[in-house]
Amino acid sequence: MSSYPGYDPKSGFEKWLDARLPIIRLGYDTFIFPTPRNLNYWWTFGAILAVILMSQIITGIILAMHYVPHVDLAFDSIQHIKRDVNFGWMLQPMHAVGASMMFLAVYIHMFRGIYYGSHKSPREVLWIVGVVIYLLMMATGFMGYVLPWGQMSFWGATVITNLFGAFPLVGESLTNWLWGGFAVDDPTLNRFFSLHFVLPFAILGLVMLHVWALHVPGNNNPTGVSVKNVDKDTLPFHPYYTIKDAFAIVVFLMVFVAFVFFIPDALNHPDNYIRANPLVTPPHIVPEWYYLPFYAMLRAVPNKLGGVITMFGAIAVLFVLPWLDTSKVRSMRYRPLAKLFFIIFVLACIGLGWAGAKSPTDLVFATGTDAATGAPVGFSFLWFARILTLYYYAFFVVILPVLGLVEKPKDRPESIQKSVLKSAPEEA
Amino acid sequence: MAETVSTPVENPSRRDFIYIATGAAGAVGVGLYAWPLIDQMNPAADTKALSTIEVDMSGVEVGQQIVVKWQGKPIFVRHRTQKEINEARAVDVSTLRDPQTDEQRLVVNAEGKYEPQFLIMIGICTHLGCVPIGNNSGDYDGWFCPCHGSHYDTAGRIRKGPAPKNLYLPPYQYLTDTLIKIG
Ligand code: HEM
Ligand code: FES
Repeated sequence: MSSYPGYDPKSGFEKWLDARLPIIRLGYDTFIFPTPRNLNYWWTFGAILAVILMSQIITGIILAMHYVPHVDLAFDSIQHIKRDVNFGWMLQPMHAVGASMMFLAVYIHMFRGIYYGSHKSPREVLWIVGVVIYLLMMATGFMGYVLPWGQMSFWGATVITNLFGAFPLVGESLTNWLWGGFAVDDPTLNRFFSLHFVLPFAILGLVMLHVWALHVPGNNNPTGVSVKNVDKDTLPFHPYYTIKDAFAIVVFLMVFVAFVFFIPDALNHPDNYIRANPLVTPPHIVPEWYYLPFYAMLRAVPNKLGGVITMFGAIAVLFVLPWLDTSKVRSMRYRPLAKLFFIIFVLACIGLGWAGAKSPTDLVFATGTDAATGAPVGFSFLWFARILTLYYYAFFVVILPVLGLVEKPKDRPESIQKSVLKSAPEEA
Repeated sequence: MAETVSTPVENPSRRDFIYIATGAAGAVGVGLYAWPLIDQMNPAADTKALSTIEVDMSGVEVGQQIVVKWQGKPIFVRHRTQKEINEARAVDVSTLRDPQTDEQRLVVNAEGKYEPQFLIMIGICTHLGCVPIGNNSGDYDGWFCPCHGSHYDTAGRIRKGPAPKNLYLPPYQYLTDTLIKIG
């Protein structure tokens, strides 16, 4: 007998509705979905992301009730929210910290996808929708950070919008168009507010497509072995994974609220508590932590257009990853070499983030002192970032394509069930 | 009579024409609709109108720089020392990334003479838009951009770092020897 009998409307009303708008059936099919029985905790981050996305939308709508998008009032209105609005002291950090938590979760979610080969056939579209979501998240986070109109908001906005000025011929018209003027100013702040408000709803729509695209092929799993026998290899999503996801969500929320209540400003930059001043750039501009690796890549290239292309290319390459990773084996559990290069890749991303937070001339380590000036010389973050950028690209365009052809994978389990129950009892 | 009544199936070219014409009209309509939606984001008339200011430079001492705001951008007005002017003129222009002589960085006054002591530039790094630090900073005694390390010399020319161009010059003219109109 199958474990998945399907939705069977019982009451007269349910039958009536099911014939007209089968919405209960949709919910049923979504939650009683056959899910591999061996999913580990790395698979809970999708649900965690969905919860934070909802939290961001709710707290965002609330903040917008009190925020004023005007260059003279924006900074003060944030202080007003934090100090005067009822529970504003909590709601504002929930939104600001929430953005960081969202990126933390999305990076884990994406690394998970790369490691277990979840982007490979037949889940390419699911992955691509994910990359589009990630791009929109980057845009949303960036525009949100501009709204408090502190020094980092203003100068971050200036540097990032100027990136578009690198394009030959159209660069200047493009930046003026983005700004609605000749510098970042009131028109820029207003349009960023409008877009920051609406983009999360676009993300929500894409998340629905994402889950739809997940439910056509079904989940991948840590072995990467496809489901062969639905009854033996899978469990209904509810209650097995609703409870597993719920547990992970609670643990994740504990980290989240620890930040909100105890160190709400830890992830922000002190300069952003200074009102924006278009005439003075802070000595050291850095973006939010989740953009640091890309910022390091931008600065690693000594040419403006080259830097911009390197930075955007680092995201663009993700779109074609399903075709770059040529190995037939999905999960890197069974790919010893790929696993090693993957670990280096994760470290390279973290290293790039570190380089992004430093000034390019700072030293990773000193090898001595300059004879003439007495200043320390050594291995600079500029070169550190250059090497790591090279590795980042090499991982996608050289290592993964080549490994798929030369690597000898380890034996994979015959089935998901066999991998879980070492001595699976034969079907009675 | 029957031959003159042609069905669409017998006369596909006529139907194709209608399809293409409809599609073309639709495309033009979409374009006409989209352009205002895009163009509204360009600088508005009042933003563009805020475009000229006058700056009295008589109070700027030798070796001092003032920053004024024009079109939302910082404008550097530097009263250069003789040493700075000499340094700027000693450079072999052909070695520069964006070759310009010192005089090409200035405009003539009402009498057609240069006022080399006054250097007027848009104070925005040509890399990604930060405001460089003045007062003889950087390796070339001019300006240094802290964001990604661009060095400009005493004529505001790019000498080192990622910026591709010299600091831009605003459009301006001399009203008197020490009064300029920017814009
Ligand atoms: C708002 C952001 C996102 C939300 C709410 C979200 C949600 C989800 C959910 C609920 C799942 C199923 C549970 C799981 O496997 O964790 C999932 C799976 C997946 N997501 Fe996302 N996701 C988001 C962003 C992304 C991004 C940015 C990518 C990649 C660039 C991505 C790639 C994937 C892949 C490949 C799977 C399939 C995993 C598998 O079956 O092994 N997602 N996502
Ligand atoms: S903005 Fe000046 S060096 Fe990048």
